[in-house]
Amino acid sequence: MSIASALLILKGRTASRGFAHGPLALADQTRVGSRTAGSSAAEERALRAALAETNGQINTLASAIGGDAAEILEFQLELLDDKALLGPIFAAIGAGAPADDALSRVLAEQIAHYREAPDEYLQARAADLIDLRDRVLAALNGELRASLKIPAGAVVCAEDLPPSRFLEIDWSAGGGLALAHGSATSHVAMLARARGVPMVVQLGQLPAQAAMALLDGEQATLELDPPPARIADFAARRSADSIGKTAVSRVLAGPPVIWRGERVRLHINIQDAADLVHPDARYSDGIGLMRTEFLFDDPAGLPDEERQFGIYETVLRWAGDRPVTIRTVDAGGDKPIHGLTEDGEMNPFLGVRGLRLSLKRPEIFAVQLRALARAAVHGKLKVMFPMVTVPAEFIAARNLFQEVVEQLLAAGVRAALPELGIMVEVPAAALTIDTFPASFFSIGSNDLTQYVMAADRANGALSALSDPLNPAVLELIRRTAEHGLRRGAGVSLCGDMAGDPHCAAALLRCGVREFSMSPPSLGRVKQAIADLNSGAIGD
Amino acid sequence: MAESLNQRENVAAGSVQLVHSVGMHARPAVKLTKLAKRFSSEIAVRVAGAADWIDAKSVTSVVAMRAARDSIIEFEAIGADAQAAVAALVLLIEQDFSDTVA
Repeated sequence: MSIASALLILKGRTASRGFAHGPLALADQTRVGSRTAGSSAAEERALRAALAETNGQINTLASAIGGDAAEILEFQLELLDDKALLGPIFAAIGAGAPADDALSRVLAEQIAHYREAPDEYLQARAADLIDLRDRVLAALNGELRASLKIPAGAVVCAEDLPPSRFLEIDWSAGGGLALAHGSATSHVAMLARARGVPMVVQLGQLPAQAAMALLDGEQATLELDPPPARIADFAARRSADSIGKTAVSRVLAGPPVIWRGERVRLHINIQDAADLVHPDARYSDGIGLMRTEFLFDDPAGLPDEERQFGIYETVLRWAGDRPVTIRTVDAGGDKPIHGLTEDGEMNPFLGVRGLRLSLKRPEIFAVQLRALARAAVHGKLKVMFPMVTVPAEFIAARNLFQEVVEQLLAAGVRAALPELGIMVEVPAAALTIDTFPASFFSIGSNDLTQYVMAADRANGALSALSDPLNPAVLELIRRTAEHGLRRGAGVSLCGDMAGDPHCAAALLRCGVREFSMSPPSLGRVKQAIADLNSGAIGD
Repeated sequence: MAESLNQRENVAAGSVQLVHSVGMHARPAVKLTKLAKRFSSEIAVRVAGAADWIDAKSVTSVVAMRAARDSIIEFEAIGADAQAAVAALVLLIEQDFSDTVA
């Protein structure tokens, strides 16, 4: 349609912040040559030798690296000395299988087992096993493992990358890591953060080939063979980031921000505990929005109560005495979830989504409410419902929640009913805000804008209309904020505009005093409000 | 010689609540198996209530238990240093896998 669509920009998730501009290097898998198998006894000897050699390689790597990285390699060393893992391999060799076949077969089961694990952390361990398998296979085949020919400062692309490969690459000249799959909780991601190597995961696909790449660990994008204008834009973002960072981190660590005598609270939006590793997250006044859709979007199926409770409790523990607002599952719209959302809706954004869906599936909703009620005793929990249109929906959800709490207490389980609020994103709710008996309100400006302007936010042709600063949108935000002030109910705004420094002045004038945004935006927004205050921009 | 033949094999058992924030993931599992291997006894471990006991010296098995935070971990050991092994493993978990224990 447009020239812009010809640009190849992949969007993923940030695993480590920062910027990299350099040649694209594809880190392809080890090529394993063929070998001639000997007798069972010879195969067993060959495997023992390969295991010992691999052990030596990893030990050398571990002692050269030290610290956290060494601890990661220790897991692989333990695997090499695990009878439960090696036993079946030697048994298969005894039964006549060649060593490499036996190893691949047994490890394939283990790898599949990890990949199917219910939590992301265990899934990520599959990469450690694959790495180990490839090392032992290379040793068996007598291959000298070709060191990756990664040019200095390269943007390294791979489906996934095992920790030992990461450690073999020389990152001293900069560079970054872009993975088609991968995870922000993998060992590699921990290493990348520790070393300050920018890393983006879950890009979905890898390019066949490209000469040059721009990796933006702030916006989680990978741009391939960009035109000069895009390179200049990237360089500007990067330098603004580095200049801004020093000043901004001073502001972040400084005293809370005040606007006309009132404290302004800056919260963060997260979708799992991994987002809390962002270095600026600790400066937030709390969590203004924890999304829970990701929990439900799991190939292993819908999450049980224990799994949900564990995650909510981890987040509450992190927050300590700061408030944590968790939003019940907001499935539907652009977030279909297998086994939960309805198929074949003509217009899913105006369909059975958010609380509408939860009330339709009370058996699934009750599991989440139980987990939340149990977590509520471990911190300052607030719970809000998405896509609320009329007060009856809020009341139905509150009644269900109360029942759940009573059942838990009757069964002797520690539980509490948290403070309950609603997302304000449907114009009907914003217009009748004084009819909702909620104790707090959170304005979802992305959906509110799209519904008020009747403009699909994903449709680039309507980008001029998708404007959260349009007076019609601001009027609804103002009404909501004013109602909150009158009623003594908190009003926060958690859409993209909360993290946009250019929107800060308009929101403050509307009466919004709580902003919730992704952790990387905290510094910029706090700085912008401080500038407004100091009269740098009059009004 | 005769004395050691007569000596009955030592059996020990113990249980402890797992307080580690992420449960029995790779790093704590590595510490546990490394410590277990320092003892000659056979050591079995399970999450309380689980059907099977597993080998506490196998890191893949220990990770595969998927022991969640706050679950109760049970140990059983048979062998000359069974008592010491169980005591050390319980202490490791009690002290949240602190380096001073392992």
